Amino acid sequence: MTDFFAHIVWSEIGRATLDTLIMLGASLALTILLGIPLGVLLFLTDEGQPARNRPINRIVGILVNILRSIPFVILLIVMIPLTLLLVGTSLGVAGAIPPLVVGAAPFYARLVEGALRDVPRATIEAVQAMGATRLQIVTRMLLPETLPGLISGATITAVALVSFTAMAGVVGAGGLGDLAIRYGYQRFQTDVMLVTVTLMVLLVQIIQFAGDRLARHFDHR
Amino acid sequence: MITLDHVNKRFADGTRALDDVSLDVPQGSVFGVIGRSGAGKSTLLRLINGLEKPSEGEVRVLGAALSGLSPAALRDLRRGIGMIFQSFGLLASRTVAGNVALPLELSKVPRAERNIRVAELLARVGLSDKADVHPARLSGGQRQRVGIARALATRPGILLCDEATSALDPETTRSVLALLGELNRELGLTIVLITHEMSVVRAICDHVAVLDSGRLVEAGPVASVFADARHEATLQLLGEGAG
Repeated sequence: MTDFFAHIVWSEIGRATLDTLIMLGASLALTILLGIPLGVLLFLTDEGQPARNRPINRIVGILVNILRSIPFVILLIVMIPLTLLLVGTSLGVAGAIPPLVVGAAPFYARLVEGALRDVPRATIEAVQAMGATRLQIVTRMLLPETLPGLISGATITAVALVSFTAMAGVVGAGGLGDLAIRYGYQRFQTDVMLVTVTLMVLLVQIIQFAGDRLARHFDHR
Repeated sequence: MITLDHVNKRFADGTRALDDVSLDVPQGSVFGVIGRSGAGKSTLLRLINGLEKPSEGEVRVLGAALSGLSPAALRDLRRGIGMIFQSFGLLASRTVAGNVALPLELSKVPRAERNIRVAELLARVGLSDKADVHPARLSGGQRQRVGIARALATRPGILLCDEATSALDPETTRSVLALLGELNRELGLTIVLITHEMSVVRAICDHVAVLDSGRLVEAGPVASVFADARHEATLQLLGEGAG
């Protein structure tokens, strides 16, 4: 039993954990920053909404669908030129962040759009009838009203990002998933596999628990 | 005060919501628009604050033709028109006081002044003790009182009521209608309400218009319209009110 953890280099595990956390934190923050405006745009320009605009709605909708249909591993590769342009390298943790964001932001945007659709018609009309500008409708009503939904959506997105980061090993980004694949899977080091996967399971549990708590805190329905 | 001049409204799918409707709402009146669901009442009400635009014809409110207003001028006009809803339209994320304060925030009224006005309004509708409660914890009647307080925050001259009592039980309906009547008398508020219930018209309206499939079939002071009802739609609605 003492030999069971023979292959484990704890400092490597520590570094991989840190890499995963950095990739997750940075890409989640940017995903939220991009996904909320995108989701609001999709909602507001839709038929019957305060800023309906069919061409914009169609174009953004199709773009979002295209990005969502590309498998993440392929996105990692095809984005290399753009990644180089944005962060100066296509490798390592920094090189993984742009594809992570491009992969997750359209997904989150659809979740944001869905949350906004749950706002009752009368609530939107009431605020319009008060003489609110479109910006006021968004900042004073839509976003505060959907905050629990926005948080739940971010939680789902964060969990998806954890599994995305595992694939980022393709561009040498490191992280727990990369360690699990390269050592645990490809070299049959079951102990490495066990430890890294356990850590990822733990990470997902913590994200889900914290997200649920936060969403419930802001829910007054 | 409010004039509709040969208004037609067709929707994109081709349905005709309003067919050559003309009417006049006198200042200080309680004007009821009655009709079955799908008669075009809801569209008519939304023309008055520009939430809907007529396909043809003109809507004039407080002397301004709505078609000629810039988006900014229309928003200014809307601040002078309150609106309440069947499903209340309250923000779940805000407390009662926060809901009533919202129109004042949008108009950039300073906080101190806002707080005074909110307290005043909540006292007016009898909900001073509920200021810090979220709407989810109120009864239907209380929620509509919050809706009324919020609609009155910017001291509008006109209040639009969209089936405001249709989700309430008879007793609560009576008390909300009594409140609307008081506001009409004490503040000189002009009220336009749409309803499918004759009892609401009887209880508080002085003028009534009957809509049937988008056409205005009768209009005038309540007493004369009811005493001399000619159109089938009116007679039917009257019959239901009695039965």
